[in-house]
Amino acid sequence: MTRLILSRRGLIRAGALGAGGALLTGCDALNGNPAFRSLLETGEDAHLATQRLLGSDALAREYDAAQMSPEFRANGSRQGAGEDYRRHLGQQFAQWSLVVGGLVEKPLHLPLSALRALPQRTQITRHDCVEGWSAIGQWTGPRLAAVLGLAGLKPQARYIVFHCADIYNGRPYYESIDLADAFHPQTILAWAMNGQPLPERHGAPLRLRVERQLGYKHAKFVTRIEAVSSLAGIHGGKGGYWEDQSDYAWYAGI
Amino acid sequence: MSDTGPVSPQGGDLVRRHRLSVRLWHWVNAVTLLVMLMSGLMIFNAHPRLYWGEYGANSDHAWLQIGASGSKGLVVVGPETFETTGWLGTYTDADGRAQRHAFPDWATIPSNYSLADARIWHLGFAWVLALGLLVFLLRSLWNGHLRRDIHITRAEWKPLHIWHDVKEHARLRFPTGAAALRYNVLQKLAYASVLFVLLPLVILTGLAMSPGTDAWSSISALFGGRQSARSIHFLCAFGFVGFFLVHIAMVVLAGPFNEVRSMVTGWYRLPKERT
Repeated sequence: MTRLILSRRGLIRAGALGAGGALLTGCDALNGNPAFRSLLETGEDAHLATQRLLGSDALAREYDAAQMSPEFRANGSRQGAGEDYRRHLGQQFAQWSLVVGGLVEKPLHLPLSALRALPQRTQITRHDCVEGWSAIGQWTGPRLAAVLGLAGLKPQARYIVFHCADIYNGRPYYESIDLADAFHPQTILAWAMNGQPLPERHGAPLRLRVERQLGYKHAKFVTRIEAVSSLAGIHGGKGGYWEDQSDYAWYAGI
Repeated sequence: MSDTGPVSPQGGDLVRRHRLSVRLWHWVNAVTLLVMLMSGLMIFNAHPRLYWGEYGANSDHAWLQIGASGSKGLVVVGPETFETTGWLGTYTDADGRAQRHAFPDWATIPSNYSLADARIWHLGFAWVLALGLLVFLLRSLWNGHLRRDIHITRAEWKPLHIWHDVKEHARLRFPTGAAALRYNVLQKLAYASVLFVLLPLVILTGLAMSPGTDAWSSISALFGGRQSARSIHFLCAFGFVGFFLVHIAMVVLAGPFNEVRSMVTGWYRLPKERT
């Protein structure tokens, strides 16, 4: 049976237009070659350098209410995980608080009421998924810069890591951004979407909005923020769930 | 025919046809465009729906959609549905397994579904495509290639002249002798459209899909929104496929050995004059 399958596979391979088949096999071999992959991935460093050079302070476009998507697609985790999360959800997060720690002068526990008491930003922006679709929605929350200002970053801090209450394919979701994006005026911790408290499928109680990057950077179900000097040693070390699991780019502005 | 110089080459002569910058860019670009197309088809597989406007997701109206219903592959364009089982939507992979993706494994890089890997290829080679085009255009401006070989003269724009070339092509009567040293107007139109329309458009619509680039350039607005830019990007890709098919057909009809040799070594044997 195995021999039969192998020989048929061989036939199909051989018949796959010779050069065309060799090309595909060659591409797949290159795809698995670490040296070639790292060469291709220098493109990502070049993207980040170019974007920071040409538009470090640029604002993502904001839209009018009339331009919003009739329905905003929910993707990835649609539910938070664990008993604690279910309990907080049941209490509308009245007893919940955001933990801010790592390389900060003053570690904090911020309840939703404290986050809502900070100056708020409301923005209607376009959410671009890495898959290719887009949806336009309205987000409200304090700037991440204000929260980091309360905690006070230590000088060694270079990245902000977002730990989340969702488990995706058996692993906890997390994401990270650099300080240029962390202090960008449109980077907010949204507790409201389209004028309502953030629904669970969109990441209640708190979703990061980092408007100049693709959707997977916009961590949902954010429960803890950690300032770090390096991403090594955090989960898989590549700075995010998708970065660790499937080699998605850490810088997702492209 | 008096301006061809004192020693005018004749049919049968081996002559210098393509300069080094043209040959180098041709082959770099051929590989790059193939990688961009195949990795791009894999990226499309992640969300095989196209929209017009700023936004577009599953609940919004798609003008083109490649999907499956049971084991049937379907392409939906506007109100029309076409069955494409085996080619688009559903196919049997090299290991004999039934698969449900828009484009089949033999057309994508990598062959097994991976959006992340396809993006690494696509966005790495994008630099080669864009910088290659920039360097080639600057070089071609500097050395006169654009002015001498691609520029379409006023006489060539005349409808009668174009019509004459169309008829000659339709009869497969290609230029011979010294006339074969120059591009005819249809070739010029084809190459100019690739250089000045398709390539810039595919690069700009690609940049328009980048949320980072869009923040400082607002380039997506130029195309009527990010989803429109994505649709145009996809149409450009098939513009390249169309160019490629005609290009290969013409190379085969005009004499593949001589044509490929001229693009590799630069040397070309002028076709003999018809008697």
